[in-house]
Amino acid sequence: MWDYTDKVKDHFLNPRNVGEIEDADGVAEVGSIACGDALKFTFKLDENGKIKEAKFKTFGCASAIASASAMTEMIKGMTVEEAAKITNQDIANYLGGLPQEKMHCSVMGREALEQAISNYKGAPVRAEEEKIVCECFGVTEKEIERAIHENRLTTVEEVTNYTKAGGGCETCHPIIQEIIDRTITQMGAAPAERPKLSNLRKIKMIEETLEREIRPALKHDGGDIELVDVVGNRVLVATRGACASCQASDQTLKNFVEAKLRELVWPELVVEEVSA
Amino acid sequence: MKPVYLDNNATTQVAPEVLEVMLPYFDKLYGNPSSMHSFGGQVMQEIRKAREQLAALLGASTQEIIFTSCGTESDNAAIRSALASCPDKKHIVTSRVEHPAVRALCAHLATHGYRVTELPVDGEGRLDMQQYARALSPDTAIVSLMWANNETGVIFPIEQAAQMARERNILFHTDAVQAVGKIPINLADTPIDMLSLSGHKLHAPKGIGVLYVRKGTKFSPFLVGGHQERGRRGGTEATPSIIGMGVAAELAQKKMDIENSYVKALRDRLENTILNTVANTKVNGDRENRLPNTTNISFEFVEGEGILLMMDEFGICASSGSACTSGSLQPSHVLRAMGVPFTMAHGSIRFSLSVYNTDEEIDFVIEKLPPIIDTLRNMSPYWKTGAHLCREA
Repeated sequence: MWDYTDKVKDHFLNPRNVGEIEDADGVAEVGSIACGDALKFTFKLDENGKIKEAKFKTFGCASAIASASAMTEMIKGMTVEEAAKITNQDIANYLGGLPQEKMHCSVMGREALEQAISNYKGAPVRAEEEKIVCECFGVTEKEIERAIHENRLTTVEEVTNYTKAGGGCETCHPIIQEIIDRTITQMGAAPAERPKLSNLRKIKMIEETLEREIRPALKHDGGDIELVDVVGNRVLVATRGACASCQASDQTLKNFVEAKLRELVWPELVVEEVSA
Repeated sequence: MKPVYLDNNATTQVAPEVLEVMLPYFDKLYGNPSSMHSFGGQVMQEIRKAREQLAALLGASTQEIIFTSCGTESDNAAIRSALASCPDKKHIVTSRVEHPAVRALCAHLATHGYRVTELPVDGEGRLDMQQYARALSPDTAIVSLMWANNETGVIFPIEQAAQMARERNILFHTDAVQAVGKIPINLADTPIDMLSLSGHKLHAPKGIGVLYVRKGTKFSPFLVGGHQERGRRGGTEATPSIIGMGVAAELAQKKMDIENSYVKALRDRLENTILNTVANTKVNGDRENRLPNTTNISFEFVEGEGILLMMDEFGICASSGSACTSGSLQPSHVLRAMGVPFTMAHGSIRFSLSVYNTDEEIDFVIEKLPPIIDTLRNMSPYWKTGAHLCREA
C-alpha cells in the first residue's frame, strides 16, 4: 500500500474543482490512458487577469487526482505569471509530499498548468488533428512516421521498440505496417543523411537522458549513476549507491544504460565505468 | 471496522482450527523433531500426520511430500532440480501469465544459458495446446505451467499438458498455489512430476509451502543442509506451520464442495450484479474454466488504485492489475498477455472469495461499489467520449 499523507487522501476522497470550464481561457490535456494517467485542465481569468476558476478531470491513481486537485486550489487568485512559477515540487509540498514512485503525478499537474498557460498565450491545445494510431500507448501517426524516418525502421517490431506503438493489444499492427510501407516509399532511394550531433548537444542529451530515463529506474533499486565525462562516443560514468556494490551492474550498464543512450541519443555510444 | 475481505488469492485468514492446533508447538511442545529424546520425537509423529494429510489432499503418497517455506521456494526448487537432473537440456517451456515466482526465475535462467519459451494466451487467457505441442523439443528440460491463474482464476488443462510432456520424456511442473483446495486434484491419476503449493492461500499461515515430487523423479535439493525431508530440503522443520498446514489440507478437502457451491454462488452473484448495474464492465478470462472463488472485472475509463482506495474507506479489500498499484508503468502482465486494452486493464479489479465470506458482505459490496465507479468516472476525462464510442461499437 502506498504511504499517502492525510492531505493526499483528503484531496483524493474529496477532490476540489472537478469538472471542465466551457469558455475557458486556457486548456490543457496531458498524459494518456496508456500511461495510466491523464489530465484535462481548464482555467478562467477575472477582469483583473487573476485566475478566477480552475477545473480538472483526471484519469489516474489517487495521487494523480490529489495532485490535480491541489494544483487547481493553489493557483486560484494568482496571475498567469505567478501560476507559471509553480513547480511540481510545490504541488507535492502542498500535499505534504508524495511517494517517490508517484512524483510523476505532480509532474503531470505542472505540465498541464504549463500547457494551459501557453494555450492561453495562443498555442493550440494538444493538436486535435493528430491521428492516434496506437490507442494503448497514445502514439500518433506523426510520431511513428518520424521514428521510421529518423531511425530507418522497417518492421512493426522495430517501431514498437522505438515508440511503444503496437506494444499493447496489437490491433494497430496492420496500420503500422501501412505507415512503414508508405514512409519507406516516400523516403525513396535517397537515404536521409543522419543529422550531425555537436559535442555540446550530445553531452546535453546524454545528461537529459540520464536524468529522465535512467536515474529514476536505478534509484528505484537503490542505485544511482553520475556522468563523469564524454570523450567522443565514450560515455564515462561512475556508479553510486547499490549499483556500486552490485555484481550485476556491468549488465545494467550495457543492457540498460548503454541501450537507452544509444536509442535516445546516438547509436554509437559506448558506456564505460570509471572510478570517480 | 471489520474488513470485508475479498482478496483471498493474495492471502487468507488462518482457519481457527489451524491456529488452535499450532499453538502448543510454540511454547509447550517446542522440541526438535530430529532429537533423540521423546520430547522432540513426539513432534515428529505430528509432522508425519501432517504429511499424510497433505498426501490425502493431493492423491499422493507421503514420500512425495516435501515441506518448504513458501510457494516461491517450491517453484525454484522444482525448476532448478529439473535443470540439474537434465544437464544436457537447455530449454524451458512456460507461459506468459505465470506468477513472478516462475516468470522471474525463468527470465533469470534465460540470462544463464537457457532458452525459454513463454507460451502466449488468447483473449480469454487460454493456452493454445497445438502451439504448446510445437514448443516441446528434445532439448526441453522442463515445462512449468500454472494450474490456475492468480489474477483471473483461469484454469489451464494441466493434466493434458502433463501427459503431452510425459509422452516426450519431459519433466512437468505445475504451480498449483491457487488451484489446491479450490478444485479437486488427484496426482495419482496424472502424469505431473512436480507440483507447488502454498499454505497461506488455503488458510494455513504464511511461511509454509509444499513441493510434491513424484516417486522416481530425480531430485536435486535447493536448500542443502541437514537430513530433514529425507535430505531433499535442509533446515529444521517449521513444526507449528507444518502441523497447521496438515489441518488446513484436511479442511480444504472437506470444504471443497462448499468452495464449488456456496463460494461459487457468492462469486457469481457479485459478478453478475456488478455487470448488470455498472455500464462498460467486462470479466477478464475464460468464465467457463475458472476457479470458483475468483472474478476479475474491468471498469472502463477508471483507474484501479482509485477504486481500491475508495473501497478501502468501507473496509472492502480487493486488488487490481493497474500500473499504479504495481509500481510499474504498465498494467498487469497477465492482462497484457491476454491483450486486454489499456482502457480496460488499468481499471481491473480482482475479487477473490473464501468460505468465510457471507451473503451480507456481497450485498455490502454490491451497494458500495457502483457509486464509487460513478464518482471516479465523473472525474475521468475519458468517460463521456469513451462511453459514446463503446455504444457505437
